[in-house]
Amino acid sequence: MTALLAAEGLGKSFRRGGVRLAAVEGASFSVDAGETLGIVGPSGSGKTTLARLIMRLIDADMGTLCFEGSDLFALRGKALRATRKRFQMVFQDPLAALNPRASVADVIGDPLRIHRLSDRASRPAAIARLLDRVGLPAALASRAVHEISGGQRQRVAIARALATKPRLIVLDEAVSALDVSVRAHILKLLVELQAESGISYIFVSHDIAVVRAIAHRIAIMDHGRIVETGPTAQVIAAPQSATGKALIAAVPRLMPAQD
Amino acid sequence: MTTLAAIEDLSVAFRQGSRSVTALDSVNLTINSGERLAIIGESGSGKSTLALALAGLLPASAEQIGKIHWPNGRPLPGRDIGMVFQDPSASLDPVLTIGEQVAEGAVAHLGLDWKAARLRARDLLARVQLPDPQSLLHAFPHQLSGGQRQRVAIAAAIAAGPVLLIADEATSALDTIVQAEIVALLRSLVAEEGMTLLFITHDIALASSLADRIAVFRQAKLVEIGTSADITRHPREFYTASLLAAHIDLTTPPLIGERA
Repeated sequence: MTALLAAEGLGKSFRRGGVRLAAVEGASFSVDAGETLGIVGPSGSGKTTLARLIMRLIDADMGTLCFEGSDLFALRGKALRATRKRFQMVFQDPLAALNPRASVADVIGDPLRIHRLSDRASRPAAIARLLDRVGLPAALASRAVHEISGGQRQRVAIARALATKPRLIVLDEAVSALDVSVRAHILKLLVELQAESGISYIFVSHDIAVVRAIAHRIAIMDHGRIVETGPTAQVIAAPQSATGKALIAAVPRLMPAQD
Repeated sequence: MTTLAAIEDLSVAFRQGSRSVTALDSVNLTINSGERLAIIGESGSGKSTLALALAGLLPASAEQIGKIHWPNGRPLPGRDIGMVFQDPSASLDPVLTIGEQVAEGAVAHLGLDWKAARLRARDLLARVQLPDPQSLLHAFPHQLSGGQRQRVAIAAAIAAGPVLLIADEATSALDTIVQAEIVALLRSLVAEEGMTLLFITHDIALASSLADRIAVFRQAKLVEIGTSADITRHPREFYTASLLAAHIDLTTPPLIGERA
């Protein structure tokens, strides 16, 4: 079985005051169809840079990235634009990611219009269907992004990502800013959407407990490198890397129940 | 057990245009001297407003009813109450050196001259376990990591020897590893200095791992208060139970099954 996404030796460095800083170095991993890969690591470990490399929001210095069998870094112009609708991203702060003054319909309608997925007449119905898929009422379409709650906004961001029927969504700390009860609902929604459509996720977070709840496999990053990767249960039960052990030890524990 | 502060029927409202928004609604709560009290709640629960009311930092436009009774006299904010906020890059002045901002409290409240205050600042930076405190005095906030900046903010908050330290989501912007380090630091500092700690968080597990008692807030109201053990094991209120149910840790059943 060929992977949906396969990265080999991805690297990206930035210049800071004349010093070269490797943000991501030699990152290799793959994601299968219908699978969730959790990427977890401390601040500054390179998680977000890796997410941006995968999205081609920034260009890699080295390495290859293969998506649906084609070399993603070789794609340019029209071919790249056509492929872009197959992978989407959801960010941590939807208020920063979405135009606050746009209506919910604008936000979700944009990808439909840009990728010519529905004409003007059928767009309201398509928007209503997408809102329904993320558990929001169709009436929300006319509201402005700044008027709705944080949890609703993140659902809108997910609906927008789903609009182009992607095979992969990269979620960068997508539930980290949400209240715990809202977070639980969003995670459940993501799992339901995956069961329905076989979509793949790359779920980036600093919180290994949340990653454990949703990811089939985990890659642990530190200092720009993937230091450990494996099936979630295995990594949690017996972390091999120092970073993995530290991340697991740092999870706050509720006081153990006593009888 | 002596009372540090008795909050009696405290209500706070903010004006928003022509509307008045209630941020705290008839809250009764006693803070004991030397205890670690966690305030937990979700967005809009009123937990930060409570902190601001205690620290005397509510904006003048806020409408406050009820009172906070301090048996040992009204504390002076900055001297008797130290406060640490969520975002240390916002609470530290980017154009002042670390030494200046940590020493400032000692100059203002302890009557030290700048030279003596700078020595105290160096000791405080060592107390919060920052490496090489002497050269750090001359560094600027942007040269430090987020976790280091939060240590500096804690050093500044305790510079004048407060009786009450308020940490408002002080670890929420940090990664889990640094969060665990800062929580350990707070625990040892309040024990050594005999401070009372008010620890405000949205994370019920973090609260239970640090605090003696937990007060649960929701939509401007105090839902329930109890020992950390009682709140986490025998919550009386449905809302507390739902917060516990929504908590995700390494014992939570995963949301996904094994892949075929």
